[in-house]
Amino acid sequence: MSYHDKYEAVIGLEVHAQLMTQSKLFSGDSTAFGAEPNTHVSPITLGHPGTLPKTNKEAVELAIRIGLACNCHIERYNYFARKNYFYPDLPKGYQVSQHTTPICKGGHVTIRTASGVRNVQLNRIHMEEDAGKSIHDIDDNNTCVDYNRAGVALVEIVTEPDLSSADEAYHYVTELRKLVRWLGVCDGNMEEGSLRCDANVSVRLKGETKLGTKVEVKNLNSIRNVKKAIEFEIDRMINVIEQGGTITQQTRSFDASNDTTFAIRDKEEANDYRYFPEPDLPPFRLTETFINDIKDAMPALPEELYTLYHQQYGLSEYDAAQLCLEKETTDYFNEVVKFTTNYKAASNWINGPVRQYVNEHKIAMDSFAVKPQQLAEVMQLIDEGKINFSVASSKLLPALLADGSKAPIQLATELNLIQVSDSNEIENWVAEVIAKMPEKVAEYKKGKKGLIGLFVGEVKKASKGKADPKVVTTLLEQKLSG
Amino acid sequence: MKVTDELIDNLAHLSRLHFSESEKTALKGDFERILNFVEQLSEIDTTGVEPLLHMGDAINVLREDEVKGSVTRQEALLNAPLHDDVFFKVPKVIKNPSA
Repeated sequence: MSYHDKYEAVIGLEVHAQLMTQSKLFSGDSTAFGAEPNTHVSPITLGHPGTLPKTNKEAVELAIRIGLACNCHIERYNYFARKNYFYPDLPKGYQVSQHTTPICKGGHVTIRTASGVRNVQLNRIHMEEDAGKSIHDIDDNNTCVDYNRAGVALVEIVTEPDLSSADEAYHYVTELRKLVRWLGVCDGNMEEGSLRCDANVSVRLKGETKLGTKVEVKNLNSIRNVKKAIEFEIDRMINVIEQGGTITQQTRSFDASNDTTFAIRDKEEANDYRYFPEPDLPPFRLTETFINDIKDAMPALPEELYTLYHQQYGLSEYDAAQLCLEKETTDYFNEVVKFTTNYKAASNWINGPVRQYVNEHKIAMDSFAVKPQQLAEVMQLIDEGKINFSVASSKLLPALLADGSKAPIQLATELNLIQVSDSNEIENWVAEVIAKMPEKVAEYKKGKKGLIGLFVGEVKKASKGKADPKVVTTLLEQKLSG
Repeated sequence: MKVTDELIDNLAHLSRLHFSESEKTALKGDFERILNFVEQLSEIDTTGVEPLLHMGDAINVLREDEVKGSVTRQEALLNAPLHDDVFFKVPKVIKNPSA
């Protein structure tokens, strides 16, 4: 037993998610990623005197949407505050943020780990504006600043110190990313910085109730890095304590090249941000109607669908979870099951050949060209014994993808894929195979029953895949036992 | 309220301003006079009165999510003390790792 087992970790995560608005939080500048530097800027973004910011309604709606999905309390009376500090990427000398009245309070995100299902408690979700981008390696003597990102709408989603392992943190960020994408709140792109994660990590002896000194780890630009950084940090802190050292409160950065973290600054005296209500922005009051309209327009959430698929449709936990990985997949599945009640087959098709196809072609599920009704028809052909799954997925599906205008039955017929269940024709192929392999037949008759698969395979070959394997097996067994 | 040297130094730091000793002494006097003037308000009993956060009655002043109002890069850079054709420039924030 390692000395690590004496300790437990306490982890809280702060996730910044860029809201999927067209324009910024307080100005009409575009939020499109990858534009030429300093082309998405206005006098408001640049903090010129005499300009007046105005709150983007869509940003408020998106923030409420994620809050409702996380079971948060939605604050009815909201106003913004100024957080004052100087940094070149902050043109106004303050960041406008909901420091005092976060729009969403409390709530939770449900995660499934190897140890079961649990709710990760949230502290708050609040809106704020993003900063610009400093570039340090273009000019030897100066830092270059691009203000395209300055003022873009973000929500900061803050958990309670409620996570206890790197693995839980991994599942939480995975789930949260899925949720914001599901709701169209954020595109979830961690490489482009649309979703950013900071982790507050501390360790303490098991049984201890006081929190240990925490370290904040930044620069976690993938879900994998969130996990790796926390793993490293827990390990590092335990080793420091075991060697008689003390943890200092620090901000650290993750180095993805070797999965370690390094200190970027020690926490000096507490920062003095001198928050005060933003006088340029009137407060906003949310009515029940406004909130209910948002609620009514929300899609079914992954948790609801998971429960539906597992409990009502009888799918396995694994199948249900696989379907619920992305909204597009559940949308497709929900359409298919309008045309069939064979839920298991629909799930197998979508989690199998359909997913394989979209992954291979790097397309989204909603661009998959076979219509849900057509897929249901293919499944019907299989259920009726007209075609088998293997031929359907390897031949009929590609044909449907190439020509979606024809009905599956028509395409299957044209391609000569309809399997033969007629015993007479199959009997000929069976006889042919038996005659061709007298030695194997003798072995089978002596008791080597496993050879049946070989015979079935040979008949399949002789029939070019058209013989119904069930009929073939039955016939073979009859003939060979005779 | 007593204005200390520490308070002056802290405010100067937060404002990124530098003052000579004689300026600091003058500031101290000014600050004290300003604060004493404002402190007269504390004579009023405000028990049960909500803080006044916003000066007007305006509420729910929201805009639709439309892209408009950006200026050209040339215009954006026009008033910056230091810039090239693309970027605003400021003194080095961090040491150049390659230098």
